[in-house]
Amino acid sequence: MSLPRPLLLALVAAALLLPAWAARALTPAQAHAISAGDSDARVAALQQALLAGDPRVPVLVRALLDGAVQVDAERAWIVAADGSAVDAATGQPAPLPAEGVEEAVNNNRMRGELQAALAAMGMGSADAAERRAAVAALGEAMDEHKLPLVEAALAKETDAGLKDALELLRAKALVGAGEPARRLEAVKALAGSATPATRNLLVERLKPAADGGESDPGVRAALRLALDQVAESLAWGERAGVLFSGLSLGSILLLAALGLAITYGLMGVINMAHGELIMIGAYATWGVQNAFRAWFPGAFDWYVLAAVPLSFAAAAAVGAVLERGVIRFLYGRPLETLLATWGISLILQQTVRSLFGAQNVPVENPAWLSGGVQVASNLVLPFNRIAIVLFAAAVLAGMAWLIARTRLGLFVRSVTQNRPMAACMGVNTARVDTLAFSLGAGVAGLAGCALSQVGNVGPDLGQGYIVDSFMVVVLGGVGQLAGTVYAALGLGIVNKLLEGWAGAVLAKIMVLVIIVVFIQKRPQGMFALKGREA
Amino acid sequence: MSAVLPGAREAAAAAAGALAPALPPAPPAPRRAPGGGGAWTGVIVATLAVTALAPLLNLVVPAGSAFHLGDYALALTGKIMCYAICALAMDLIWGYTGILSLGHGLFFALGGYAMGMYLMRQIGRDGNYQSDLPDFMVFLDWKALPWHWALSDSFAATLLLVVAAPGLLAFVFGYFAFRSRIKGVYFSIITQALTFAAMLLFFRNETGFGGNNGFTDFKRLLGIPIAQPSTRMVLFVLTGLVLIGFFVFARWLVASKFGRVLQAIRDAESRVMFCGYEPVAYKLAIWTLSAVMCGIAGALYVPQVGIINPGEMSPAASIEIAIWAAVGGRGTLVGPIVGAFFVNFAKSWFTQAFPEFWLYFLGALFIAVTLFLPNGIVGLLRRAGGLSALLRRVRGGRA
Repeated sequence: MSLPRPLLLALVAAALLLPAWAARALTPAQAHAISAGDSDARVAALQQALLAGDPRVPVLVRALLDGAVQVDAERAWIVAADGSAVDAATGQPAPLPAEGVEEAVNNNRMRGELQAALAAMGMGSADAAERRAAVAALGEAMDEHKLPLVEAALAKETDAGLKDALELLRAKALVGAGEPARRLEAVKALAGSATPATRNLLVERLKPAADGGESDPGVRAALRLALDQVAESLAWGERAGVLFSGLSLGSILLLAALGLAITYGLMGVINMAHGELIMIGAYATWGVQNAFRAWFPGAFDWYVLAAVPLSFAAAAAVGAVLERGVIRFLYGRPLETLLATWGISLILQQTVRSLFGAQNVPVENPAWLSGGVQVASNLVLPFNRIAIVLFAAAVLAGMAWLIARTRLGLFVRSVTQNRPMAACMGVNTARVDTLAFSLGAGVAGLAGCALSQVGNVGPDLGQGYIVDSFMVVVLGGVGQLAGTVYAALGLGIVNKLLEGWAGAVLAKIMVLVIIVVFIQKRPQGMFALKGREA
Repeated sequence: MSAVLPGAREAAAAAAGALAPALPPAPPAPRRAPGGGGAWTGVIVATLAVTALAPLLNLVVPAGSAFHLGDYALALTGKIMCYAICALAMDLIWGYTGILSLGHGLFFALGGYAMGMYLMRQIGRDGNYQSDLPDFMVFLDWKALPWHWALSDSFAATLLLVVAAPGLLAFVFGYFAFRSRIKGVYFSIITQALTFAAMLLFFRNETGFGGNNGFTDFKRLLGIPIAQPSTRMVLFVLTGLVLIGFFVFARWLVASKFGRVLQAIRDAESRVMFCGYEPVAYKLAIWTLSAVMCGIAGALYVPQVGIINPGEMSPAASIEIAIWAAVGGRGTLVGPIVGAFFVNFAKSWFTQAFPEFWLYFLGALFIAVTLFLPNGIVGLLRRAGGLSALLRRVRGGRA
């Protein structure tokens, strides 16, 4: 499809050597050559016209992209929406002949070239942001045709960052063309840029010479070296990415398991409806979002802040009802508790399904949680993930403070350690049970609020987390928060590491098997309570 | 000591009450086999019903007659009898040994998949792609059967696999779990994780078990068309006989010395150890047996229902087995069978009449049984029976 290289080089050389000819204004013949005929010839004409820099060129290119150009055998017209026509080359009004004209059509290649041309012309803009956008657009479609344009822009460019980007563009174009010495230079320039696109380009050039790859052995060696260098710096980005997604998954697990660390870890209640409490928190967030959209559209971005306490309250209220209504009659009978709470989870799921439908409901990220921060060329940290990590840390700190420093925490600990003695000291143990359980439920609600920002919200939301969060608590060891934290983060990171190596499903299976094996070795978890109570 | 806070006494009492039942209240241990003569009559009646009455009503009595047993009812009953075998297996491990498994669905599915592999091979070249390979393998562009399908064309090997696959998995898993004295809720949660992991594994196409869709569209069993009424009836009778056989076997088992030790382990494992028994061996034996029973139930289930997919391994499916046993009355042998029939008839009725209320009912059943009916339906009937006998005696005394 592309122009034969010698011909192209000749054209470029002609363009560079004959500025006087190149600077000539767009002629009707040129306009016609750009608009009609064989694709190769059109591209060549387009390149020439671009170098000339006539202000009519962008107008023509845009019109071509809009399908507003009519051609006959030797001239081209741009037809406006109202039917009036102008000469494509001069811009003077020129009536369209009654017959013998047809619309200029573009195939996909032509379309790509026209768009790239438009981008290239943006490089001449006075606005740095526009130039940056133009460079980025050209990066996708860079080849040796546009080399003169890039070089022209490079000569004028003053912004250091843009200059680097342009140098890279030039290297990309040059690496496949020109003298071996220039190719070598281009390879060296490329070695300094660590982007996946560069890696692909280098891999492409390293194909066997017969398949269009590099033929010069010296350049090949340089290519290989550059590839190693690029791959090395990309690998760091990838490793950091895996670590971050592990951390992010770990903090989601932590949020999901923190509530269980109270209800199961401290109180010994097997709450299979824990996942549904998470779901209730997520639905509460959805409700708050809808309320904000309906009544406070101006403050929509801040609905999440209102959703945090409300999702806590909603789940905590449901938790208190469950404790008073069902669970308190089953203390000390863990297997029965398990079955009863499973029943509760079925009822809660079906209730949500009846109320809000079986479909997932949409929860939108506020503007300040969308997007992300670019850390490396191949690593973007999304804001919502960062927020969840911070949120998990905050919830953890709050819980630790509550358990260690407050009167309620003191009561919870005392009831856990020695219920009859706590009761003898005047602690209302039944009330403490209710409060502790609804605290655990409320934390599950917070987890739901956080999860609504990164995943789907539907009636089955909780089911996906129940096995995981029990695994975290069991692995971490019952009765304390530290174990839960280590287990959650550890599981998250191990899971993501294995995922990179074995795929998501196998990684999950492997993690479950690892936990099962681990529990065989240490049935009390990583951090067992020492002493008689354990 | 008069300065005790007013609320403290009640609090202490409540606390003691909450702590007291540290062990699940043991169902009354049968001193002799419960209702000896009655049970045997029941077994004989059930055998007759399955082997003579059902075929008669289904195949001989014309379709218009009021006594005709419809194909749907027959298929439903056959399916539920498979579930009842599972419930019986669950009862042996939970009701009699005190170990709640939330992974019995996995053993059921393994038995089912072993049978399903054979049935897939029996399709031969009658599949959509007219290939020797099962359709889903052709679809995945596989050229040969994977290694674990090597034995799938032999019926004898399939029967062996139905027993060996769940049995071996249960044995290995149980060996490690019981040896490191994992018990109670920990064990339950780990079995749940096990079946969850297996479900994820079977959902993958690469595992070679048909992925999401599992196996279906079976055509033949032992060369005989599987959909024809006589084949269905044979499967039905076979399932009924297996259920009755397992029931008789379980009766013998729980009354034997082995069974007594199991119940002792349930009630006071430490004491059993102090008496010089090794609970691991007993637990492992009943656990493996229970898994094998589930596997056999799965193998009987698949040809009757005509499909097996990884959904059978979902944690929810396994926990439902536990609720069958609990509803009927764990720690009795009739109970789980009654429970399986009750819950599943209710399920098929609800899902037709009020599909949206089925989960409410099931959830309420879970709660009600654990809160109010620790001994299930059978316990309730017994209590009612005992009550009426008592009333009769009281009235008799007055008269």
